[in-house]
Amino acid sequence: MTTTVTRRPTVAVWKFASCDGCQLTILDCEDEFLSIVGAIDIAYFPEATRAERGGPYDLSIVEGSITTVHDAERIHDIRAKSKALITIGACATAGGIQALKNWADVDEFAKIVYAHPEYIRSLSTSTPISDHVTVDFELRGCPISKHQLIDVIDAFVHGRKPNTPTHTVCVECKLRGTTCVMVAHDTPCMGPITQAGCGALCPAFNRGCYGCFGPSESPNIEALREAWHEIGVDDPHLVQALRTFNAYAPEFKEASETYA
Amino acid sequence: MASKVVGVREFDSLIPLLRDRGYDVIGPTVDEGTIVLDHVATSADLPIGWTDHHDKGTYSLDKRADEAYFGYAVGPRTFKRWLYPPRQTILTIEHAETGLVFKPEPTADERYAFVGVRACEIAAMEIQDRVFAHDAFADPHYVERRARSLIVGVNCAVAGETCFCDSMGTGPECTAGYDLVITEVVSGERHEFIVESGTDEGETILTELDGRPTTPADRKEVRTIIEDTAASMTRTMPKDETYSLLTENLEHPIWDSIAERCLNCTNCTLVCPTCFCSTMEDMTDLDGRAVRKRRWDSCFNREFTFLHGHAVRFTTKSRYRQWMTHKLAYWYDQFGTSGCVGCGRCITWCPAKIDITEEIAHLAEQTREEVAT
Repeated sequence: MTTTVTRRPTVAVWKFASCDGCQLTILDCEDEFLSIVGAIDIAYFPEATRAERGGPYDLSIVEGSITTVHDAERIHDIRAKSKALITIGACATAGGIQALKNWADVDEFAKIVYAHPEYIRSLSTSTPISDHVTVDFELRGCPISKHQLIDVIDAFVHGRKPNTPTHTVCVECKLRGTTCVMVAHDTPCMGPITQAGCGALCPAFNRGCYGCFGPSESPNIEALREAWHEIGVDDPHLVQALRTFNAYAPEFKEASETYA
Repeated sequence: MASKVVGVREFDSLIPLLRDRGYDVIGPTVDEGTIVLDHVATSADLPIGWTDHHDKGTYSLDKRADEAYFGYAVGPRTFKRWLYPPRQTILTIEHAETGLVFKPEPTADERYAFVGVRACEIAAMEIQDRVFAHDAFADPHYVERRARSLIVGVNCAVAGETCFCDSMGTGPECTAGYDLVITEVVSGERHEFIVESGTDEGETILTELDGRPTTPADRKEVRTIIEDTAASMTRTMPKDETYSLLTENLEHPIWDSIAERCLNCTNCTLVCPTCFCSTMEDMTDLDGRAVRKRRWDSCFNREFTFLHGHAVRFTTKSRYRQWMTHKLAYWYDQFGTSGCVGCGRCITWCPAKIDITEEIAHLAEQTREEVAT
């Protein structure tokens, strides 16, 4: 098999404030892993190998959000030595679950959690990478989808557009033939305002969508609020549902502040 | 064509008989708390003794007092799932010594028997035929599957609360387009199926079912069931008025009102038995192959309206208007028919409870008031 790829692009994988789940998705690509390492040259990926090579890199894959002064500087350095930069996961694309601190008093948290809070150097906010540097592509999800990640890497290698639809989870329910849990069972579901990518995992198991992939391309959150009221879910519960992994995604943030 | 009255036990031989004849039988069954279409192997898979209740954005599965096999209206899935599947590989591209090799996906050899097909669903298939099977751009996958499929229709004895096929002229009676059609009679101790054939294949299958000849009383029973079902429908669509009503009111404030309520979720389009929007997904894999797949899409998706890097229908208002005007007006220009068969799915499965029959009635009413003043 001949391919058009002559030199494998060098790739670095970086971690910021996150749980590591998204970068572990790369290692979860068991069946496809040999194809991946055949197509890209992994130059820096501490989670996978101790061998490290310095930049510049053709592609940086960044996981996690910016929560410290040090990280706010480090991301600029990474950007400077990366031809392309892709962020992966809700932390990197929206600030993650830790962005809940954006509505709270971080010093107060530190006092409760740490014996010596004076050693803690944390910003008062958790923000997405795109708030700090130019990002070439954002791959959503908490965690990201393995299939979408492979597609994005493949798209990068071949210079094509990734197949990452921005429509709702509802489309994925219909593609797999899953009955609408909101209509049939009065289950509050974030699907109508959430971007696809998970394959409608929760509705397929008779649960409402939790919004792990963040806002869809044109979410009508006020209309969802009306629909949730109809099935007996009040605003405090809607605000809780909006403030999870993608709480600081602009559309979810604005809505949760409006209804809080 | 032939007809016969078949008892329950004899009727139970139908699905195995179809399977013996090489058909993959798709029919109604209970799953996920709904009556859905899926592969069925015996009568035991059918929703025996179940019915469904519908309202705007509301569905419930309920027990019937009897053991009717087809005593429900329609569920969220449609037969288009098998004729025009959610994902269809179109072609693969591979590298060879001579350059790129394009390999169109061969048509699959499934032979489906669709059991329990309602009149509105037959009408929907005939509408999709005009989309996929009628000109130079015929889709070979659809054409093959459709040609090989067997249709076992059912005259509706129950209308869902969101049904309005009577006003669309598409039901509740199956008048054509079937190989066999069933009218189920359940009253008191009586439980029988009046089965008629519509094609030679249907007639051959019917000869293999044991039963007694139909009488004029049976034929009267069929008429009564169909008329009662039609009379029980509460929703209507002014079929002959929608073209002018919609095309003359493209800037009416009603579109803003709907857009405020519409979730953009796409449910209405994806449960619709006639909607056919799709997108092409070109995938490469890391080993150097490329695959082009067609996937269901929806005019409610902004991304779907991208032309040359720009969404031409950026607002929900413009996308909802596109859907409704296409379905109920421009479809006539394009395909010589309404795109709506009155199955009511878009009403039942809209989480925002938008009802196209209500919206059309509002628009008609407001237009009349505007003319009057």
